Amino acid sequence: MITGFRRVVKAGFVGFWRNAYVSLASIFVLTIALFVIGSTMFLNQLLNTSLEILQSKVDINVYFVPDAPEEEVERLRTAVAALPDVASVKYTSSEEALAEYRERNKDDTISLQALEELDENPLGATIAIQAKETSQYENIARFLDEQRALEQPQVQVIDEINYNNTKESIDTLNSIINATKQASLIILGILLVAAVLITFNTIRLAIYTSREEISIMRLVGASNMYIRGPFMLQGIMYGLISGVMALFLFYPLLTWIGPRTEAFFELNLFDYYIVHFGEIFVVLVSIGIVLGLVSSTFAVARYLRT
Amino acid sequence: MQEVTFQVAPKEFVSIVGHSGAGKTTLLKMIIAEDKPSHGQVFFESLDIHRIPKTKLPSYRRKIGTIFQDFKLLPHKTAYENVAFAMEANGRTDEEIAENVPQALSLVDLDDKIWNFPHELSGGEKQRVAIARAIVNQPDIIIADEPTGNLDPIATYEVVQILRKINDLGTTVIMTTHNKGVIDEIERRVITMDDGRIVRDDSSGKYVL
Repeated sequence: MITGFRRVVKAGFVGFWRNAYVSLASIFVLTIALFVIGSTMFLNQLLNTSLEILQSKVDINVYFVPDAPEEEVERLRTAVAALPDVASVKYTSSEEALAEYRERNKDDTISLQALEELDENPLGATIAIQAKETSQYENIARFLDEQRALEQPQVQVIDEINYNNTKESIDTLNSIINATKQASLIILGILLVAAVLITFNTIRLAIYTSREEISIMRLVGASNMYIRGPFMLQGIMYGLISGVMALFLFYPLLTWIGPRTEAFFELNLFDYYIVHFGEIFVVLVSIGIVLGLVSSTFAVARYLRT
Repeated sequence: MQEVTFQVAPKEFVSIVGHSGAGKTTLLKMIIAEDKPSHGQVFFESLDIHRIPKTKLPSYRRKIGTIFQDFKLLPHKTAYENVAFAMEANGRTDEEIAENVPQALSLVDLDDKIWNFPHELSGGEKQRVAIARAIVNQPDIIIADEPTGNLDPIATYEVVQILRKINDLGTTVIMTTHNKGVIDEIERRVITMDDGRIVRDDSSGKYVL
């Protein structure tokens, strides 16, 4: 058993070297395939990050009238926070709003003077609501509208809900997010299928050159596993080497492209690559190994059928 | 093939003759379980060959040594490695291999060529390597499909002598050929096939067609 294993391993390595050209071609193709897969992963990351950033900039603001009773505001805040779709609710009291206003306009003496003229704080409290998904703003806005409708006319606390102003941009963003998610999924799928097919074909050709050998092995009574073993090992080696090569191909590319993505997408892909090096390594190498192993197993199986 | 029925006793040397397309090779393929008959059975001892499960086929094939017209040696392996490979596939130990491979190659008179690659050997030498590979696992039967088909008369003579020697040492040999000289030389049982049928079966035959 151990002897057999040792022989299979040895035959795998010998086969790898004796068919160096074929091995090289397989590794080359597999490297490109993995590079493509890796690139789509990076692209996806880029998309997700920029979408997240965009999403975090979207919220619904509820402006309360300046003299809204605090318990009423608090009641609404807790009610909104209890909604399952809501990610966060940020409360800004009227004092804080005033301080913020002063801070924002500290160079604008006219505005400040105008403020001084007033006896009381003209600004009401606000709550800023962020949903978990942009598509959920609709529900939250509906909820707020219902709340508002329930209020007695004499004790109106909600001054304004700005959802309707931002509704359009939220809708646009929503459709962009959905479209890009679908598009990137489709592209990723197509590339993945192409990569798998190309790899499979290359390895099949590599094994085609060994079909005579396989038939001779069968004739001398080698078991199927004994014949398959070296090819499977070679497939694993192709995958391993290609994975590592694809991984290191990204280094110069991302050094160059990193600062550019930072300027545009607010994410430096190079930093992302360095931080997630381990994960990317594991993903690329394991995809490579699985691709190589599965391809060679299938390719040999063709010649082992009786 | 139709109505082909015959028995081969242990230690026999059987030649099968006939025109091309008479069914000789098909017959041999059925014995090594490469082909299945549409009707009928092939027995090895009491074992119905075509009922052997796929996973057990390799171990059945190890009981049979095969020799072909086109040698079927592994081109990237030396004579020694080609013979050793058959033993490795059999799961023999390194010690057995180191001992038996030179013996087998010596039996076919190739002591001085064991480290040569197939392309460095003549046709007769290649066929002798193939014979060494076939016998190294001490099979019960040797199946030889036109072993002399590609060889010149001298090499043919050598190969036939070696096959006879192997037969004398106790291994059953089943050989196909259409070389009249070979048949007359061996003077053993001859089965004549024509159009997929056995037309003659002589215990000490001549080549008659």
